Amino acid sequence: MPKVKIPRKSTLIDMTAMCDVSFLLLTFFMLTTQFKPDEPVVVDTPSSISETKLMDDGVVLLSMNKEGNVFFSMTGQNTRTAIIEDMSARYKIPFTEAQIKKFAKMESFGVPIAQLPALLDLKPEDRKTFVQPGIPCDTAKNELVGWVEASMIAYSAEKSVKPKIAIKGDGKANFPAVKKLIDALQSKNFNTFYFITDLEANPNKKKEG
Amino acid sequence: MAQMDESAGGGGKHKGGVRSKKMSTRVDMTPMVDLAFLLVTFFMLTTTFNKPTVMDIKMPAKTKDEKQNQEIKESESMTVIMDGGDTLWYYQGITDPVLEMSNYSDSGIRDVILKKKQEIIAKTDSNRINVLLKATPRASYKNVVDMFDEMSITSVPVYALVDMTKTDIDLIFKKTGRMPAAATPSGK
Repeated sequence: MPKVKIPRKSTLIDMTAMCDVSFLLLTFFMLTTQFKPDEPVVVDTPSSISETKLMDDGVVLLSMNKEGNVFFSMTGQNTRTAIIEDMSARYKIPFTEAQIKKFAKMESFGVPIAQLPALLDLKPEDRKTFVQPGIPCDTAKNELVGWVEASMIAYSAEKSVKPKIAIKGDGKANFPAVKKLIDALQSKNFNTFYFITDLEANPNKKKEG
Repeated sequence: MAQMDESAGGGGKHKGGVRSKKMSTRVDMTPMVDLAFLLVTFFMLTTTFNKPTVMDIKMPAKTKDEKQNQEIKESESMTVIMDGGDTLWYYQGITDPVLEMSNYSDSGIRDVILKKKQEIIAKTDSNRINVLLKATPRASYKNVVDMFDEMSITSVPVYALVDMTKTDIDLIFKKTGRMPAAATPSGK
C-alpha cells in the first residue's frame, strides 16, 4: 500500500507586515498623546461617580492644594498673552516683553500678581523649587476673580465661546478654603463650574449588573 | 513566503575559488513585533485612563431679590451638615429639628436619603425632595465632593450648598458640647 505523504510546511510566518502595523499604531499613539504639563501643585482629587470627561480646551483650571492655596492655569499661549496684558492694565503692574513671553509658556502659577514679575524672571529649574503661596482670593483682595474674568474675556474674544471654570481641589483641603474660593467666584456671578474628580464605580449600576 | 533560503551555502557547482557564503537577508521579526505591541498597549492604556472626570456644580445665584427665592415645603426638605472626622449630621424639616448623626458609608446617609425619598413618593406621588448641604469649617473638600456625589447617586432633584445658620451651630453645640466653628488646621 502506498503511503500518503503529507508535505512538510514551515511554521515560520513572515512578521514584516505585522511589524509594520504595530509600529504604525505605536507612532500614532505617541504623536497623539499629550503629556501632562508641569504643575507646581500636587493635588490628590477625590473620586465621584460622574462619567463626564473634562474637555481639552477652554477650561480655566483652578487647582487647590491641601493647604488651600489656589493656582491658576489656562490653556493656549495666545490666550495667556491676552490675559496677562489685560491683568497688567487692571492692576497697573508693568511686564516686560520677555516676561509676557515667559508667561505665555508657563502652564500654571500661584502667586499674587505683585510677585509675578519676580517669578517670571526665575530660571525654569529654579521656578520648580520656588514655593508659590497661591493667588489671593479673599474679599479684601480678590485677584483670582480678576484672572478668571480676564481669561473669560481673552478666550471669548479668540474662540467666541465662554470657557468653563473647573476647580481641582485636593481631598484634604478644608472647607473654609473651598468656601472662600467659591465665594470669590460667586462675587462676580460665576455660579456654574466643574469639580474635577477621579472616577469611582457607581453603586447603582453595580446592583443592576 | 516564510521559508528560509535553503540554497544559501549549498553551492557545489563551481569548484575552486573562494566564495563568500550567501547569507539570508531575512531577519526574525518576532521580538520586534513583541516590543512594538507592548509599547502600543502601554500608550493605549495611559491615554484613555488619564483623563479626569468632572462634576457639574451649579451654585444658587446670590440674589437680593427675595421674590426670586423659591419656597420649599418643609415636609420635603432635609438638611445635611458635614462635620470633621468624616461624620455628618442631618435633620428633617426646618422647625423643630431633631439632629441625628450619620456617616458616608453605603448604609449611612444614602439610606437616610433614599428612605426620605420613598416617604415623599408614598405621600405626594412625586419625588420632590430638597436637600440643603451645609458644612462646618472642620469638613474637608473630599466630604463636600462625596456629598454632591451622594446626591447624584440617590438622584435628588434639588440640592444646594448653603451657609450654616445660627440654629445649626446651636444644634451641634447642644449635641456635642463643642462649637463647630473651631477649625482644625488644614492638611491634617
